[in-house]
Order: sequence, then structure tokens, then C-alpha cells
Amino acid sequence: MPILSNAEDDAVSAELVAAEGLPWPPSVDDFFLPPVAGPFVTKFSIMIWIAVALLLIFFLTTYRNPKIVPGKGQWMAETLYGFVRDNIAKEQMGTAGIKFAPYLTVLLSFIALTNLFGIVPFLQISPNSHIAFPLVLALISYVLYLGIGMRKHGALGYIKKSLILPGIPWPMHFLLVPIEFLQVFIIRPATLAIRLFANMFAGHLILLVFTVGGFVMLNSESLFIQVASVGAFAMSVLMTFFEALVAVLQAYVFVVLTANYMGDSLATEH
Amino acid sequence: MNVLAAIEGSVNTIGYGLAAIGPAIGVALIFVAYINSSARQPESAGYNRTWLVLGFALVEALALFGLVLAFAVGG
Repeated sequence: MPILSNAEDDAVSAELVAAEGLPWPPSVDDFFLPPVAGPFVTKFSIMIWIAVALLLIFFLTTYRNPKIVPGKGQWMAETLYGFVRDNIAKEQMGTAGIKFAPYLTVLLSFIALTNLFGIVPFLQISPNSHIAFPLVLALISYVLYLGIGMRKHGALGYIKKSLILPGIPWPMHFLLVPIEFLQVFIIRPATLAIRLFANMFAGHLILLVFTVGGFVMLNSESLFIQVASVGAFAMSVLMTFFEALVAVLQAYVFVVLTANYMGDSLATEH
Repeated sequence: MNVLAAIEGSVNTIGYGLAAIGPAIGVALIFVAYINSSARQPESAGYNRTWLVLGFALVEALALFGLVLAFAVGG
């Protein structure tokens, strides 16, 4: 026997019934869009292709004829590369890091660009709000820092170096070795992926709440709520600016942490 | 039995709210440290900004794990 009859249920939740056709409240289903062509060509794959094409075009055309006194495009590309090489690669990895600066530059610009797609009109969702894309990027970083470490120290030497801290009494190792193993081999790539994914997921969800919520408020019967919907739209403008900040910040953090892990692998002691 | 009041929704939001207390305090501590150190020694502000951003993102990630799990687990 149901606790509430259907009539009572509708009476209780009558105020919660939003306007027809609006996806309210926003949920995980709003992140799964209908495919564009076939099962694998979705809006997300098209966005990834657009991002790759934009980056290729940008870096190729700005460096087509490099001059001693750079023009605007060349200056922008050089500023970006210089920033990554000096402030990220050299600081985290030392001079051995300059080899990896090109990869880190592309990683930074790719993640920043795909994150910014979350606020670009008509796109308005970041591919990184699906766990697949950050997961692949994090796995590439994972393979990279493991490979660098194992190439420098040998496989067993690398595992020994990362699990065993020097200068502590030996019974502590029973506690520390599992923790270090979890940290280096499991938690680092997982948190890299989940941090990027969760930031983009949460950002999109917040924007959905304020924009769709503003429309829900506009469709209500009370004039006060309709006027108050201006607040919802104003908040969505503010959150768009915040989302732009978060997009670039998360790209920077991803790259800095990747460089840090690689520098950790290259270090001679723990 | 008469139902006098009913709550809709899932416990996940309560769990996320509780889980966000720790990272909120953590982020505040990071910014406190940055503000204090920049006030004592303004020349270090530029150097410390790297660690500010890094620390903030690392701690914020924990709050966001909670948000993701609130949706992913039986939401």
C-alpha cells in the first residue's frame, strides 16, 4: 500500500512542477547528448577535432616564417611556449625538462581550449566533462612519468626508489610502502583525471542550474519570482566568468602536476 | 499511518555537504598562509603564487570528488 496516494503526492509537489519541456532539475542525463552522425560522431568528438585543428593551425601558421622581431602571432606562441618552458618545465624538472616543454605546451593549450569550450556559445559543454578525455590525458602522463623513471633508474630501481623513503626506522616501512605504492601508482593518475573531470562537470552543472533555473523562474505564475529571475541570469553571467578562470586554472594545474611527477621520477633520491 | 511530512531527494547531497567541510577549511588555510606570507614579505608573493595555485587545486579536488560521487553513486 503506498504511503502517499497519488492525489496527495501531486498536491505536495505541485510547487515543484516546472514548466513543461525545460530540463529541470539538471542531472547527469543532460551531459549525454544525441549523436550527430553514427554512434561515434558526437558533439564531443567534433569538438575534439575542432580543438586539434585550431591548435595545429595556430602553431603552424604563427611559426611559418619566424622572424627575429616577432609579429603578433609568433609573439603569442613564443610567450606560451616560454611560459611553459621556464615556469613549469625548468622549475619542476630542471634542465632535463626542456625536452618535454613542447609536449607540456601542447597539453596546456589543448586542455585550456577544450575547457574553454564550456563557455563558448553553441558549444557550451566541455569534452572534459566526460571522464574519457581527462582519463586518456592522465594515462598519457602516467605512462610518461613511469617510462621516464624506469628508463633512468631501471624498472626495479625505480620501484625501489619511489616506495622506500631513506632515513626512517624500518618498522615504519610496513605502513609507508603501501601508502607510497598507492600514491605513486594509483592515486596520481586517478586524481589527475578526476580533478579535471570534476571541475568541468561541476562548472557545467552550475551553469545549467542558473540558466535553466532562470527560465523556470520566468515561467512561474508569480510576478515576484519572474522579476527575481534576473538574479538567476546575473549569476549565470558571473559563473561564466568564474568558469573561464577555472578552465585556464585547471589546465595549468594539470600540466604543473604532470611536470612535477615527471621531475619526481627523474630525481635521484626520494 | 498518516504521513505528516515527506522529504524528497537523495542522501547524496547531505553527504556532499558534509564532505565539503574539510576541503573548504583546507582551501581557507592555504589562502591564509599565502596572504600572511605576502604581507610579511611582499617580494615572495610572485614566487608563492605557484604553490598557492597548486595547493588550491589539490585541495579543491577532494571537494570535487565528493560532488562527483554524489552524482555517480546511486543518484
